[in-house]
Amino acid sequence: MSAAAEATGAEVVDLAVTPLRELNQRLHNVTRDGGPAHWRIVNPNGAHAVAAGLDAEIEVEVDGHVGYYCAGMNKLATVRVHGNASTGLAENIMSGTVVVHGNASQSAAATGRGGLVVVYGDASARCGISMKGVDIVVRGSVGHLSAFMAQSGRLVVCGDAGDALGDSIYEARLYVRGEVGSLGADCIQKELRDEHVDEVRALLESAGIDDVNPEDFRRYGSARKLYNFSIDNASAY
Amino acid sequence: MCVIVGLFAKSTEIEESLGRHLGTMLEQMSDRGPDSAGVAVYRDPAPSGSSKLTLFSADPLQDWEALGGELGQAFGGSPEPEVRSSHAVFVVEAEADDAEAWVRQMHPELRVMSAGQTIEIYKETGRPEEFVRRFALEDFHGTHALGHTRMATESRVTTEGSHPFSTGLDLCLVHNGSLSNHNRLREKLRREGIDFQTENDTEVAAGYLAWRLREGASLEQALEGCLDDLDGFYTFLVGTIDGFAVLRDPIACKPAVLAETDDWVAMGSEWRAISVLPGASEARAWEPAPGTVYAWERQKV
Repeated sequence: MSAAAEATGAEVVDLAVTPLRELNQRLHNVTRDGGPAHWRIVNPNGAHAVAAGLDAEIEVEVDGHVGYYCAGMNKLATVRVHGNASTGLAENIMSGTVVVHGNASQSAAATGRGGLVVVYGDASARCGISMKGVDIVVRGSVGHLSAFMAQSGRLVVCGDAGDALGDSIYEARLYVRGEVGSLGADCIQKELRDEHVDEVRALLESAGIDDVNPEDFRRYGSARKLYNFSIDNASAY
Repeated sequence: MCVIVGLFAKSTEIEESLGRHLGTMLEQMSDRGPDSAGVAVYRDPAPSGSSKLTLFSADPLQDWEALGGELGQAFGGSPEPEVRSSHAVFVVEAEADDAEAWVRQMHPELRVMSAGQTIEIYKETGRPEEFVRRFALEDFHGTHALGHTRMATESRVTTEGSHPFSTGLDLCLVHNGSLSNHNRLREKLRREGIDFQTENDTEVAAGYLAWRLREGASLEQALEGCLDDLDGFYTFLVGTIDGFAVLRDPIACKPAVLAETDDWVAMGSEWRAISVLPGASEARAWEPAPGTVYAWERQKV
């Protein structure tokens, strides 16, 4: 354990002192060489690509606001941001967990293939755009064009969703508790059956949210009308 | 990419150090806009009946003292130039419109960067950190200021094509994005008597705002008109004599962060720009919603 280790055993890296590339290289080295299981990053001050490309079962806590692409391409690791996250949080996440205790800017969890992304504040536009298997739980609201072209995975929104939710959606399942500004092309409301309530309950539980009733959600998904080319839909393509 | 920053002082400490803070914000954002940089600073109102001009000369040997003499002969008094690199500020004993018209007629080789009671605009090509040093931003106090670093997309990298753009008294605009209907709109606004100095898209947006305000719209109404009349993508920061306002297009492609403390309101394209301000880590920070006007104004005395 290094001299920088805290009493709690976490390896502390101060981004006011340590260059970002050095931090990310050290985090990447854990995959090959092993290393501290707990990390604490301080003074991120909006830096881009903090803890991007992790591939090890480590826990990384970030104290402060992060910039673009935090925890991008995450595998196995758990990354917690105690602040806000800018554009492209956990972009293309493969597995593991990414938690933001503040708000997330646009395109959170974009193209995510697996794992869990939790935002305790609001996520803005294009949350879960082109999601391909990731689970997303937002305690607040999401902005317009969320789950655009979503292919698979689940998006749970405890607040409201902006305009054009689920535009051109494939097989992702969307759950919204509050108002939906409007539904995008080929996205429709569907019946909330018992298995869906169970699904929402499990996702809320994994996100550590226990004050929201899973029966209060509405389910949205694909009408499957735009899947294949149909001349009758030409105007919608 | 481009970057917008803005700082609105709510305390005298921030007013006194406004330029230093703005310079630090610009330097933070250098990598997003390395082509050119510019600022608009609102400070030291010209006395009643007088007005303030910021002029730019491409000639490094420009004789600003002589120009001051000519301005004195034309309008009275003896205006002294406050020279900063390629720019000079004059307080002229005339209405801003008249003083500006005189310069354009008598000295077409000069550019009027801004005209009004309190506004001063400085802009140049080159790296933002170089700009901050060259124009000694740390000297500036003021009530509010806007800044821009540019990565050019729509028109050439020139001093004139740098931001902020001003096409109205004490009015300026900085822009991140690009507009697609600016050519046709420029022609329409020219017919309305709005004057343009470049082929730049942002200048058209500034001209549009000047036209709407001239026709009696409030700043908020003029900005809401952008949502209908401008085609393209944009995050705008607009400076007026009293404050500034932020607007993002309805799709919100271009980034924006707002933050507020008891001492300041700040706008930046990224949190990195705001993080350098005193008390930033405790500031209330949020992302402005698309198609929504956010405005701050000083209390009118």
